[in-house]
Amino acid sequence: MSVTAHAHVEDHAHDDHAHHHHKETFVTKYIFSQDHKMIAKQYLITGLIMGFIGIAMSLLFRMQLAWPGESFPIFEAVLGKWAPDGVMDADMYLALVTIHGTIMVFFVLTAGLSGTFSNLLIPLQIGARDMASGFLNMLSYWMFFTSSVIMVISLFVEAGPAAAGWTIYPPLSALPMAQPGSGMGMTLWLVSMAIFIASSLLGSLNYIVTVLNLRTKGMSMTRLPLTIWAFFITAIIGVISFPVLLSAALLLIMDRSFGTSFFLSDIFIQGEVLHYQGGSPVLYEHLFWFLGHPEVYIVLLPALGITSEVMSTNARKPIFGYRAMVASIMAIAFLSTIVWGHHMFISGMNPFLGSVFTFTTLLIAIPSAVKAFNYITTLWKGNLQLNPAMLFSIGLVSTFITGGLTGIILGDSTLDINVHDTYFVVAHFHLVMGISALYGLFAGVYHWFPKMFEGKMMNKNLGYVHFWVTAVCAYGVFFPMHFVGMAGVPRRYYQNTAFPMFDELTDVQVLMTVFALIAGLAQLVFLYNFISSIFYGKKGPKNPWKSNTLEWTAEVKHIHGNWDGPIPEVHRWAYDYSKVDENGEYIIPGQDFVPQTVPLQKDEEELNH
Amino acid sequence: MDSTVTSASEENVWGGGNRPLGASYGKLMMWFFLVSDALTFSGFLAAYGFSRFKFIETWPIADEVFTHVPFFHGNFPMYYVAFMTFILIMSSVTMVLAVDAGHRMKKNAVIWYMFLTIIGGAIFVGSQAWEWATFIKGDYGAIETRGGRILQFVSAETGERLALSEFAETIPDEREKLTRNEGVWFMSEGYLPSYTVTEVIEGLKANTDVLIRTEQISEEGEKVVLDRNASLEKIKDGTLVVEGANLIRNEYGSRLFADFFFFITGFHGFHVFSGVVINIIIFFNVILGTYERRGHYEMVEKVGLYWHFVDLVWVFVFTFFYLV
Repeated sequence: MSVTAHAHVEDHAHDDHAHHHHKETFVTKYIFSQDHKMIAKQYLITGLIMGFIGIAMSLLFRMQLAWPGESFPIFEAVLGKWAPDGVMDADMYLALVTIHGTIMVFFVLTAGLSGTFSNLLIPLQIGARDMASGFLNMLSYWMFFTSSVIMVISLFVEAGPAAAGWTIYPPLSALPMAQPGSGMGMTLWLVSMAIFIASSLLGSLNYIVTVLNLRTKGMSMTRLPLTIWAFFITAIIGVISFPVLLSAALLLIMDRSFGTSFFLSDIFIQGEVLHYQGGSPVLYEHLFWFLGHPEVYIVLLPALGITSEVMSTNARKPIFGYRAMVASIMAIAFLSTIVWGHHMFISGMNPFLGSVFTFTTLLIAIPSAVKAFNYITTLWKGNLQLNPAMLFSIGLVSTFITGGLTGIILGDSTLDINVHDTYFVVAHFHLVMGISALYGLFAGVYHWFPKMFEGKMMNKNLGYVHFWVTAVCAYGVFFPMHFVGMAGVPRRYYQNTAFPMFDELTDVQVLMTVFALIAGLAQLVFLYNFISSIFYGKKGPKNPWKSNTLEWTAEVKHIHGNWDGPIPEVHRWAYDYSKVDENGEYIIPGQDFVPQTVPLQKDEEELNH
Repeated sequence: MDSTVTSASEENVWGGGNRPLGASYGKLMMWFFLVSDALTFSGFLAAYGFSRFKFIETWPIADEVFTHVPFFHGNFPMYYVAFMTFILIMSSVTMVLAVDAGHRMKKNAVIWYMFLTIIGGAIFVGSQAWEWATFIKGDYGAIETRGGRILQFVSAETGERLALSEFAETIPDEREKLTRNEGVWFMSEGYLPSYTVTEVIEGLKANTDVLIRTEQISEEGEKVVLDRNASLEKIKDGTLVVEGANLIRNEYGSRLFADFFFFITGFHGFHVFSGVVINIIIFFNVILGTYERRGHYEMVEKVGLYWHFVDLVWVFVFTFFYLV
């Protein structure tokens, strides 16, 4: 069988496809769309709605933490029977913490971030008409949508949603009678996550093969924009780690509903001896964190990829150390699969094994530092265009470093023991993956909004307000949190009033909550900007950021197939910004950027990146 | 396949506008799906290893559990599962032949080999069902102690295992299983064992030939058998008669043994079953000439990849559950 001949036939079919469109109905265009741009928008909007729910939850439990046991009419209005007389119920507090974590990690920062931008950018930036399989892509989105709906439905079951923490450790999650949230709420959580995993798998398979097979002519792997590298590697770690979460979830379902003892042993509950014997909850922790740790990088890597692209464009400079960036993405991805034990230092792990995990964990500091320094050197002496996307990218570098430094403390088993399960950990991961990834998401939205909504631009001034308020408040919430954690305040406690030693920290808790509430308000500015720009945004130029990458050569109006004519051919890497010839003149006179589609000029040397 | 045709340098192979791995996107997707599925199975097998190692001194000996062959009585350790494995591997061979026939566009050969593959898969799934049924039914029966340990019985003379029915006394008892046909009001309840604990204890006392075999494995790799006095002492701990296996307890020993057996072979069996269904769909497509018209039999190749993967997983399951 001749594969090459084969490829030509299909290319032709594809090209023809771009020219004559078959009639699209409302349903095929907006609902069951197989077009990657529409699916990206669907992911983004679903992700933003889930993000709104997740952030609102965090504001509620932050209020409980600042003013424990206080009565608030808003609690009664939102939580109903879970806030008798306006005082938040302790079970509801746990449920809010649990669902906040689940929604933010999986639904917003995995699907909302990677789903949106992988779908939007992979075909556009590699020069493809669409994803490899539009149908599977559509299926992936609708499974994500279904799992979101089930997760939201679980908020309304009678005994309350899942409340065992986003890590759902057994036995709390395995025994329906353990607490109210372990019943129907937990079942729905597991069902939702199982569907989510399937959705993520379908999405990831598509991203991987699209990057491998559908790059346009000239788009070699080393000419790929760093966004694509990040999405590609993210998809690979998704394919490797999510199935192990599926294993853990299936075994947990067996324990919950069919009486097996995989994770359970010798349990007495309310005076009743349960039959479970021989299982081990630590086994669950191993399986969970084998996903759980790579998941952190599934969340973060796309944000780092977006930052690389936005930063290079807006510094009008080539990204510093392109190959080092690619290598560090790969190194982070590889290391992420062999460090899960650092979440389990106090689970009774053998101290020697702990030291092994400490070693592998601290190794991650190397590629992370490479990335941080490369960002800073990219900014160095750049012609910085400080638009909102750029500000959020710089913000990401800042929070990535701040959060990363505490990671060195937490990754060391001897130091970790002192702050394990305190607010120090909460502060660490919120900065390094939560806030950083959110900044990456915002940078991406501001930067590629014109690409998503047919040339319309978001309001820049509202963007500035959004960034500065968010940046100040995010540090305002999470910086003091480190000190609260070092003082020993444990995470997930409903209230700390029973511990006199924490009394002095009450003011700090109030401060953090006030910052959180203001940060929440700032997101409303973003929401307003986003929605109003969709309808009334000013149309910008075709290439508003004077960027090199292929997506800005595609049609502004969305057509199936992205380019009206033939797919452009690529002649250079994506980062020829401010490139000059030996006379010190720009390669293209009067223009400080050279799009990837421009062939090498006479006497021009390709940068040896 | 024909990457040799391109005499270009490696840079051009990965240079875009082509398929660097010489495979269509569908085939690549199948490969990456298999990577992911392999990791799900790895998760299960790692969990199995973790749990088994925890109980390494009391884990049931597979040779003593899987001793049955349909239509034959007697002790044939591993014979039947070896047969199942052979059938499954042969079905992989026929699958390879089907893919090969597809490459040569020989429709009838593809049909014939796909048919054999489906039959092989069906025999395997059927055998697995039989294996489960035998496992669930059990054969000797055992006593569970207060601590959840399993006590089995052997003959002092021959060292052979003894079934409960071979020595238990029959003490007339009014306790009968409640069923619908005995009254309007009844409580559904689990299956009542054939003997009560008292009957087994009395039987043990009456038959001097019967000894208790514990879960413990001696240094020689055999289960420790108690002497007569120790047996009579040990039986006092007995609380429950266990016959066969379910997800909660089983007569073979550790609960996790049956839990993992059901779960992993079940999950694998589900894969084989799905494989058979997919093979049947492809089989009919071949008959209808869908791929003949398409000009290539790549779909057969893709399901072939899945089928080989399912086989490969069985090799691991077989190794870890039956052989070691």
